[in-house]
Amino acid sequence: MCLAIPARIISIEEDKATVDFGGVTRVISLALLPDTAVGDYVLVHTGYAIQKVDRDEAEKTLDLWREILSTEDKTNP
Amino acid sequence: MEDSFENMDPLQIGEDYRDKELAGKAARRIRELASDEKQTYKFMHVCGTHEYTITHSGLREILPPNVKVIAGPGCPVCVTPPEDIALAITIAKQPNVLITTFGDMMRVPATGWGSLNSARARGAKVQVVYSMMDAIEAARNNPDLEVVHFAIGFETTTPPTAVELLAGPPENFSVIVSHRVIPPAQELLLKSGEVALNGFILPGHVCTVTGMRPYMPISEKWKVPQVVAGFEPLDVLLGLVMLLTQVNEGRAEVENEYTRAVSLEGNVRAQEIVAQVFQTADARWRAIGSIPESGLTLRSEFASFDVREHVSVEIEPPKFEVPPGCRCGEVLRGVIGPRECPLFGKKCTPQQPVGPCMVGQEGTCAIVYGALALKSES
Ligand code: SF4
Repeated sequence: MCLAIPARIISIEEDKATVDFGGVTRVISLALLPDTAVGDYVLVHTGYAIQKVDRDEAEKTLDLWREILSTEDKTNP
Repeated sequence: MEDSFENMDPLQIGEDYRDKELAGKAARRIRELASDEKQTYKFMHVCGTHEYTITHSGLREILPPNVKVIAGPGCPVCVTPPEDIALAITIAKQPNVLITTFGDMMRVPATGWGSLNSARARGAKVQVVYSMMDAIEAARNNPDLEVVHFAIGFETTTPPTAVELLAGPPENFSVIVSHRVIPPAQELLLKSGEVALNGFILPGHVCTVTGMRPYMPISEKWKVPQVVAGFEPLDVLLGLVMLLTQVNEGRAEVENEYTRAVSLEGNVRAQEIVAQVFQTADARWRAIGSIPESGLTLRSEFASFDVREHVSVEIEPPKFEVPPGCRCGEVLRGVIGPRECPLFGKKCTPQQPVGPCMVGQEGTCAIVYGALALKSES
């Protein structure tokens, strides 16, 4: 029930957007997340966009993890 | 498109998070951090989607024996009290009423009452909807019927209910409000001390809406670390690295692993819309009991959408929370795992669920059963 699936916004018309779920398109509501633009990635829950997905942030975070996990564990020498 | 765990990420947005090498490194770091075998670490998640990820990726098997991840009350249809289900069934049987609800709710039995599904088989008007928008549309398409939406779910699912009530639904539309909020349930579990917990894996999708602030008082008061995590196996592993590090360093903070979707503040607009329509109230969680401030009720301006303003109905509440022998309450509180229930896989299966935890995509018993069934197929 709390599952939210990422989709890419293809077009926006008032508070509705047509989005692409990797081949399947669907009209969703932007009523809870109006500040969006075509091309944005959003998480969709029961037909409503609830949050944006920040792909740059994802990469940055993973790079950081790659660094952290490559160094020796300092807490258990 | 139906919500389905099998395809959580069709666009492969989390593709980078399927980096096997990094997952291996995270698992190694977990073993290093938990190398003191005398210390046990017990972490609870409160989200059916996390249980799915953890069970189906076999994550528990690669963790050291002294690191345990247990499931908590993260299944909305499981914690919906039986009296609300009985109410929905009773209303659905009335002439000129149509009940709408989400698919997972259909098969949840209330002891002595059957389920919405069985009521529908006997002629009650029940329609499964994917979205709150579909429920509103059902009301528009059926002006001669009272359309009653059985509104369940946690902080992710509440904003759609609120936004549609705010927009002004048709006059023949009303709701049974059975929404719940997560943090008070965590507090109850900590207070009861029934299970000694070293931390929480926080539900990523709920937190996209709530942000991280509602969890901070819990870390402060109970000195318990909490980490918001995403839903790829690597997300959960990294969340565990963060939790173990906090425990070892004696910290108790709310941290965020799911940075690509969760911020400190969350979706403020959604929060405001919810606060406009609902206020918190004490509420019952099935097989757990009443939890202070853990439910939502309509504010007086929106009281006209309460089902009881539209349909008059008296019900006798079900006598049992769950059928005798079902240990779903203990499963929801993290006291036992599904396989410790004697009915698991015998009398109780997803085809013939005895208790609510064997239903749907988020019931812990159903998820564990599903993974075992897959294993035995292959
Ligand atoms: S296996 Fe069935 S009977 Fe046992 S706890 Fe789970 S839902 Fe209840």
